[in-house]
Amino acid sequence: MAHFGYENDIHSILKLDMPITNVPMARWQRKASSSNASSGLSPGKSANVSSTSKTPSKTPGKGKKQTPSKMGGDRFIPVRNSKRMDMASFLLSKENEPDNQTTSSKAMSVILNGYDIDDAKILHLGGKPLNAPEGYQNNLKVLYSQTTTPSSTKKTRYISSTPDKVLDAPEIRNDFYLNLIDWSSRNMLAVALHNNVYLWDANKGDVILLMKLESEEDYICSVSWTKEGNYLAIGTSDCKVQLWDVENQKRLRSMASHTARVTSLCWNDHILSSGSRSGHIHHHDVRLAQHHRFTLTTHSQEVCGLKWSPDGRYLASGGNDNLVCVWPRVSDGGLGNENQPVRCWSEHQGAVKALAWCPWQSNILASGGGTSDRHIRIWNVNSGSCISSIDSQSQVSSLVFAPNYKELVSAHGYAHNNVVVWKYPSFTKVAELSGHGDRVLSVILSPDNSAMATVAGDETIQIWNSFEVDPVKKKAMDRMVKPTTTGLHHSIR
Amino acid sequence: MTSTLKGITLKGSAEMVAEFFSFGINSILYQRGIYPPESFSRVTHYDMSLQLTTDSKLKNYLSDVVSQLKEWLFECTVQRLVLVITCLETNEVLERWQFDIECDKSAKESSVPREKSLKTIQDEIRSVIRQVTATVTFLPLLETPCAFDLLVYTDKDLVVPEKWEESGPQIISQSEEVPLRSFTTSIHKVSSMVAYKRADSV
Repeated sequence: MAHFGYENDIHSILKLDMPITNVPMARWQRKASSSNASSGLSPGKSANVSSTSKTPSKTPGKGKKQTPSKMGGDRFIPVRNSKRMDMASFLLSKENEPDNQTTSSKAMSVILNGYDIDDAKILHLGGKPLNAPEGYQNNLKVLYSQTTTPSSTKKTRYISSTPDKVLDAPEIRNDFYLNLIDWSSRNMLAVALHNNVYLWDANKGDVILLMKLESEEDYICSVSWTKEGNYLAIGTSDCKVQLWDVENQKRLRSMASHTARVTSLCWNDHILSSGSRSGHIHHHDVRLAQHHRFTLTTHSQEVCGLKWSPDGRYLASGGNDNLVCVWPRVSDGGLGNENQPVRCWSEHQGAVKALAWCPWQSNILASGGGTSDRHIRIWNVNSGSCISSIDSQSQVSSLVFAPNYKELVSAHGYAHNNVVVWKYPSFTKVAELSGHGDRVLSVILSPDNSAMATVAGDETIQIWNSFEVDPVKKKAMDRMVKPTTTGLHHSIR
Repeated sequence: MTSTLKGITLKGSAEMVAEFFSFGINSILYQRGIYPPESFSRVTHYDMSLQLTTDSKLKNYLSDVVSQLKEWLFECTVQRLVLVITCLETNEVLERWQFDIECDKSAKESSVPREKSLKTIQDEIRSVIRQVTATVTFLPLLETPCAFDLLVYTDKDLVVPEKWEESGPQIISQSEEVPLRSFTTSIHKVSSMVAYKRADSV
């Protein structure tokens, strides 16, 4: 708005039909009038004056004065802030008038200070500083800008309520305590159906029968892939842990150490931890002939949940005795006191099979309780406290953290038989997926974290692509990597 | 309103102007985000909805200033009220809201109430406050946490009351100035202007 004034002044000056208002007599005018008064016979002088104004202008469009008859100047000044001109020429012309001394100095002080210093005193109320509450950051940007904040756009991401793929899983054992699926980093899904282990290649879609137990009465209780995805550990009801090489489809070893069925398995590099119905957890070093290195005996009933943290420092175990225990990593030396858990929580009122470590926040563990408990609890392993607890209204059979959108997925059995996606850590429900007809036994994420597979008692495995990252963003990322080679050669003349 | 319906007395005018300042300062604090918007509550005044702070410390501070201002307005010794917004960390002045007050001193002598309808004055005040709100569209966003201060320009020979201290003018270097509307109660004339630091000169 202030700059309009300048423009208006320029426009009024450029009008040729009226004399310039608001500007005192220019020096040449005064000179001309005085020279005219002194001797009218000097037309040459005034002619000179007018001729010098016809010097070519350097900035034609900048609004400089183009009226040769009006403006004669001895010096070319492209821009004149007319206000200052006003005051300055007024003061200059008044310099020889002593009685106006005070007014001129007053005028100067008015220009310089913006106010009359002499006449005013500036006061302010002293005392404590008045600041907004600490930590308050002005977020007018949010109030007044039109674009929506990123978090709100994420909420509207579409999660399909129907699975993207359904695989048949006949004869799957509908047993809460078993862990019958795992998804390898090479995108192979291993499923244990009664006494068979099938591998489904998620890339190609074909199914391979990996192995079959010899006896019909025995069944597979747990499967777990190594991090590289080339070896599969299989826990059986005849108390053995088998290790298979998948590429060659050969069994490498069969490890016997347990006295009851092996219902949970988890790898930590070369250490395989197995939990059994006896309540014991065994650590096996699969490189050694004497594989059984360590035993943890705190649980009194079946150990159905077993998970190593992403950094490999802690092992979380959940049992049918409602306990959640956290064990430190046993160093290869194997000291005596390391068979005591670092943490042991008994807040759950039901069997804890669902365990998940948060991949983006260290030391955060999520656990879910069975039918009598139904709660999902978040623990901080460092402080030992329960950060939050939420009632999910059904038996929690499995939990997994989905890092793409920072969510927690819980699989439920009685009574809703659904899969719930919660926003973490606010625990607002993002989606409820009710594709299964019977209780969901396990949920597991794909290696690229964009999809999840759920297996249920209705003998189906359903694949949900719920966590797909925006392909536009992906394209932008790819474009950043590729160098842009546009036709630069065109500009060379 | 304590002023008579028929005319405006000096006292009434002083009250109206002080009230305008109270609402105006609250509006500026709300609009510029100096204080969190949740700490403001909506009230109706001048036939429009305005925001008033609920923070007790701030309320007390403002009522102190405004009541002192009312006194000075009554005595016609105040010339200007300036609300300065400074960056909390660097103490640099970012915005300066200046309200010039011209007082008709002749009202002090005669106690005859002036003729001006209350409604007209209210309309004028309303348009000033509306304009203050509208300035948000072109004022540069205040990115950093800010503090504010209220400066009062008074007559030189005024006795400085307790708790008040002298201060500098806190002018902004390289400022853009925007004159805003003015209103007059026929005894006091208040004209407003906002000066802000030019965004590119930061």
